[in-house]
Amino acid sequence: MINIEEFTKGLEVEFEDVEPGTLNPDTNFRNIKGWSSMHALIIIAYIDANYNALLNGADLKSAQTIGDLYKITEEKLK
Amino acid sequence: MAYLSTSNSNVVAICSCVPKHIEKTADYTHISPEERELFAKTTGIIERRVADEDVACSDLCFSAAKHLIDKFNCAEEIDIVIFVSQSPDYILPATSILLQNRLGLKKDCIAFDINLGCSGYVYGLSVISNLLQSGQLKKGLLLVGDKSTISTTFTDKSTYPLFGDSGTATLIEHSKNKKDWHFNLQSDGSGKDAIIIEHGSCRTPFDKTLEDLAEIEPGISRAKKHLILNGMDVFNFALKEGAANILALYEKSQAKKEDTDYFVLHQANKLINESVRKKLKIDIEKVPYSIDVFGNTSSGSIPLTMCYKMEEVLKSKKLTLLLCGFGVGFSWGSALLETENVYTKLIEYDRA
Repeated sequence: MINIEEFTKGLEVEFEDVEPGTLNPDTNFRNIKGWSSMHALIIIAYIDANYNALLNGADLKSAQTIGDLYKITEEKLK
Repeated sequence: MAYLSTSNSNVVAICSCVPKHIEKTADYTHISPEERELFAKTTGIIERRVADEDVACSDLCFSAAKHLIDKFNCAEEIDIVIFVSQSPDYILPATSILLQNRLGLKKDCIAFDINLGCSGYVYGLSVISNLLQSGQLKKGLLLVGDKSTISTTFTDKSTYPLFGDSGTATLIEHSKNKKDWHFNLQSDGSGKDAIIIEHGSCRTPFDKTLEDLAEIEPGISRAKKHLILNGMDVFNFALKEGAANILALYEKSQAKKEDTDYFVLHQANKLINESVRKKLKIDIEKVPYSIDVFGNTSSGSIPLTMCYKMEEVLKSKKLTLLLCGFGVGFSWGSALLETENVYTKLIEYDRA
């Protein structure tokens, strides 16, 4: 089982330039400081490596918040 | 899986040629300094080589091939020339035929092009080793590379800072008592839109608006003649298929991953390659990189990495290598082969 707190914390570690404790499930990830398409690749790699679920461009497009990413990941693991 | 093995082939030498002109990620002013830093960290690209406007991929391949022909004094012995590229000199005739003449090779020589990108080196090895294995043909030149920068423009941050130019030549001979080469080659045309130049050929012919720049999204302005790259879809494809293809090749060939000395992956971007490496559980020392100084050099990236990072070890040792190329098409494949005392050389393009 995965849990959303660990998911969010792990993502924060991957976004090295984000202050610890600033991300939460409601954070719109596109609003993080310095957001670029590179962050999208980091998200895909993070979820693939840690949860063995592969998100595509459409998945990313449909998500707004970290909570949305978590839900998509959870769905893929079912 | 499309698995095949070939017999009696030997890699004699590899030469890679890159342009002298260097462009650094840190100087790419179309994006902010912070974005440049993140780009460099994620892709691994610090700098790349860019060919002058009047230099074609075939010029780089010519220089690389000429170096090998002079070194091994083998112009009269070349029976095959294959040019693998998506930046040919002309729509027609095939660039390989022009190179046959330009290199001073005999007319009793098979010459044809293969239109593939990042998977091209692996595919090219499978084709040329098939042609050489019977022994009727003795020596072949596999010329592989791209001038990708002709299809990118400064105002498109999704492609411009990613690609570098290169041309490579691999001299391969028929040789008995060599271990078989093994290949796993795959294709999926449903991924065509992920990397595509849509305009300028039969499907959507040349028109007057081909050169007009249009803004696609912030930071990405390009014309119809330019390359479109959907980074996320390519990334998704590479993560899904790269490691799986390699593992299937090991299973089918009954070779052991642990017995492989080096894994030379197409230099797509560092994040992709590191993900593939971790999936395969390979030590970083076994996975050489050249993307930091040459960028993504399309089909040329595998031989270029071998010339740049493996000169000494290729020359002095018998090695088992796993090569894997993946990208545009989608097209992807891996090759497992043994090499011994391979001469390699990295040269810069000299117009003279």
